[in-house]
Amino acid sequence: MSESGQENAHRTIERVARESYGRLVAYLASHTRDVAAAEDALSEALVAALRAWPRQGVPQNPEAWLLTAARHSHIDLLRHQRVVFEAEPTLLLLRENSPETRLATEFPDERLKLLFVCAHPAIDPAMHTPLMLQTVLGLDAARIAPAFLLSPKTMGQRLVRAKTKIRDSGIPFEIPQEGELPERLEAVLEAIYAAFGIGWDDMAGTDQRGRDLAEEAIWLSRVLLHLMPSVAEVQGLLALMLHCEARRPARRGPDGRYVPLSEQDPKQWSRPLMEEAERHLAEAFKHGRSGRFQLEAAIQSVHAERAHSRQTNWAAIVLFYEQLIRMAPAFGTRAGYAAAVAELNGPPAGLAVLDAIDPEAVARYQPYWAVRAHLLQRLGKTGEASAAYDRAIGLAEDPAVREFLLQKRG
Amino acid sequence: MQFALLIYESPVAFAARKNDGVDPYTGAWRAYYKALVDAGIYVGGDPLEVPETGTTVRLTDGKRWVQDGPYADTKEQLGGFTILELPTLDAALDWAARCPAASLGAVEVRPLAPHMKRRVTG
Repeated sequence: MSESGQENAHRTIERVARESYGRLVAYLASHTRDVAAAEDALSEALVAALRAWPRQGVPQNPEAWLLTAARHSHIDLLRHQRVVFEAEPTLLLLRENSPETRLATEFPDERLKLLFVCAHPAIDPAMHTPLMLQTVLGLDAARIAPAFLLSPKTMGQRLVRAKTKIRDSGIPFEIPQEGELPERLEAVLEAIYAAFGIGWDDMAGTDQRGRDLAEEAIWLSRVLLHLMPSVAEVQGLLALMLHCEARRPARRGPDGRYVPLSEQDPKQWSRPLMEEAERHLAEAFKHGRSGRFQLEAAIQSVHAERAHSRQTNWAAIVLFYEQLIRMAPAFGTRAGYAAAVAELNGPPAGLAVLDAIDPEAVARYQPYWAVRAHLLQRLGKTGEASAAYDRAIGLAEDPAVREFLLQKRG
Repeated sequence: MQFALLIYESPVAFAARKNDGVDPYTGAWRAYYKALVDAGIYVGGDPLEVPETGTTVRLTDGKRWVQDGPYADTKEQLGGFTILELPTLDAALDWAARCPAASLGAVEVRPLAPHMKRRVTG
């Protein structure tokens, strides 16, 4: 085969591995609950493709080719394990259902079930996001680990443990029943949002670790939207992340300096991303069912308005925050609310919001101290402001944010 | 598949056993047992005597160490177990949540390991 043919084969393998990884793993695992075996089988299939395709040419339907190859090694792998006892009937089913001749482009997309499995309440919440990144997107432990401040080895072990639990504990590969669906979906959305990284809003909590995974999170949320096209909160989450992502170029100065939202140049915001975010948000609102992510997206949408109107409608932001706090009074939300109230009604009103929070509970919550310091400084309470800045600086993880706060403290 | 509900009970729950079976806790257990049987999912199970009746044995270097009391020194103690036949963990969690001990202690859900049993029993 010519060199370009070989290149073509490699490119195709890369593309299919990227786009179809989750679909193939989900489909293979949905019959056996054995995610690790499904992943191993797919890896073997990819290796086989690397050998075969450059010689024989890329098959007409690469995904189907991989599925067939993966299925064979999946059955072999399972035969070597104890799972085989319980899975024997399903293995037969796997085989019967798939006469090679009829192996069409069509096999059910089980990724939604896999997402629900990853975020199942019986799985340690800290592992929801890593599991999704690995099983649905195919990221390896070494890539995932730094974002969670773990060594690749530890992350790898925890992933293995979680997959063993999925296999052995009886977690079903099912879409949750209607009564449980909202709560279960919430866990899926939370996990995707966690991948995106907290602290993308106005507060100084820019999360360096989350940035690397932001695009992966957006991809995951597009997958979820494709699978659940008419759920408002799914669209809300995507809108929220796109709005934040749109500002990525403006979040750092040319010298790497942290630029807070209020000082960002809207001309640097990505128009296409903002417009896409707005489309999703408008679609979400049509369902008439409010939710946490829609409200957070709405707040970001008001901020985005500044690109056209050159001003920020703080009254609208305060209203959205009030609804949000009624729904989910997280510290981040209350700190954001305090900042918005201060813009609308002056720093004392903002401080009053912060004072209502138990200081013990936010002792290590950086955005709280950053907002507090900012408001105290605006009131001219220099001493108290410095102390609050010190807390915020001490708790900051991002060096650029630390630098920014140091300068503000003066 | 089969799941064991491991019933961890608080001292209050254990104390309720002295009340000749007229207390609400025992009444709730009676109703729960009936619901399990009616649902056709009850496989077996038994309550255990109170933790103070437990004796723990260890063999170290050939020497037998016998200790008065249960193995784990925790506030909530294993008070019994129930085995249920159910299709999924979700179903097992639903039944565990209905268990009277869930509100007075904790219920751990664990799948049985029939493959291990086969290995042992041949």
